[in-house]
Amino acid sequence: MDQFLLAGSIALTLLVIPTLYRMIVGPTILDRILGGNMIGTKTTVLLLFIGALYDDIGMFVDIAIAYALLNFIATLAATKFFLRRRRLFFKDEITASEQEGRS
Amino acid sequence: MAKVATFVVMLAFWVVLSGMFDGFHFSLGVVCCALVAIFSHDLLFFGGDRRSWVRGVIGLILYIPWLLWEILLANLHVAYIVLHPRMMELIDPQLIRFKTKLKKPLSQVTLAQSITLTPGTITVDIRDGEFTIYALTKEAAEGCPGSMEDRIAKALEDR
Amino acid sequence: MNLIVGVLIVLGILIFAIGIVGILRLPDFYSRLHAAGKSDSLGSILIICGFALYNLHDPSLTNVLVSLKMVFIAMFIFLASPTATHAIVDTALILGAEPWKKEKKEKKEKKRP
Repeated sequence: MDQFLLAGSIALTLLVIPTLYRMIVGPTILDRILGGNMIGTKTTVLLLFIGALYDDIGMFVDIAIAYALLNFIATLAATKFFLRRRRLFFKDEITASEQEGRS
Repeated sequence: MAKVATFVVMLAFWVVLSGMFDGFHFSLGVVCCALVAIFSHDLLFFGGDRRSWVRGVIGLILYIPWLLWEILLANLHVAYIVLHPRMMELIDPQLIRFKTKLKKPLSQVTLAQSITLTPGTITVDIRDGEFTIYALTKEAAEGCPGSMEDRIAKALEDR
Repeated sequence: MNLIVGVLIVLGILIFAIGIVGILRLPDFYSRLHAAGKSDSLGSILIICGFALYNLHDPSLTNVLVSLKMVFIAMFIFLASPTATHAIVDTALILGAEPWKKEKKEKKEKKRP
């Protein structure tokens, strides 16, 4: 069973890498927030894997609860933060339309 | 009544989270739960009488297995679309609106969450009982809201 | 028992993988949310239920409480994942991000509420 859990956690860690690609390359800010949310969910599950590997799942499940709560709050806070910052989101488009309006 | 119900729920939650039953920890939990129940008893059980709450909880418990099945179907649908080699021809995103007949806020929120979790649709906005849905394919847009609304009305709404 | 746990965990990881293929392949942000929200909630629920079963192989009181905690995490993700999806898509619409359309010829009027 230990081998299986180790393989599972390695697979989950490898799955984080493509999400990280979306988080770094992602064309808009909201893509990055989405990537962060997905990585957070995977981390919550990964903590359970680590707990099962160390035979101390009762401790790691508390950390997983805290991480799940924190992930949710972080997503909401990030979306609320960018709600008021359209300029940051549309930096290219706004400058382009301003130039069009001027010419 | 709301205070007692809040206290019982909080205490059960405390016992699950702490897992210690010696006198010190348990009495600490009782004190904390009593404080929470006194000061914010109107947050958890707001409005409605006892009967409607009991009915709502039973309805939700009966509703959740069907929802889990729908989520499974949703994931198969996403997998079919995503793994299809000519994906761009399959998808046709569109925004649709519809009026709901559900009255209670709780059932409206349940409907919104269920729509987000079922195949090909996510809820964008609820305003005055009008839902804005973002659908991934044309079939999903036409099949919305479907039988889900009736099920939620049966489970949660007062008759 | 171990067989059921293994099947649940493998299924969960497969569903996570499908979600990640989805967010890599789909053309725009709104359709990526479809893949992300659904696969995240079902995958984590499956894996967490698998661990809750795995933890019950010697049912003492502590282990039952730990499994209840895991069920609580699953319930929380079940509630929180659609809410986070909803918050993100709401912000996107208010900011006025343009949805990807099949016919890209006609320029759509932007929504600015």
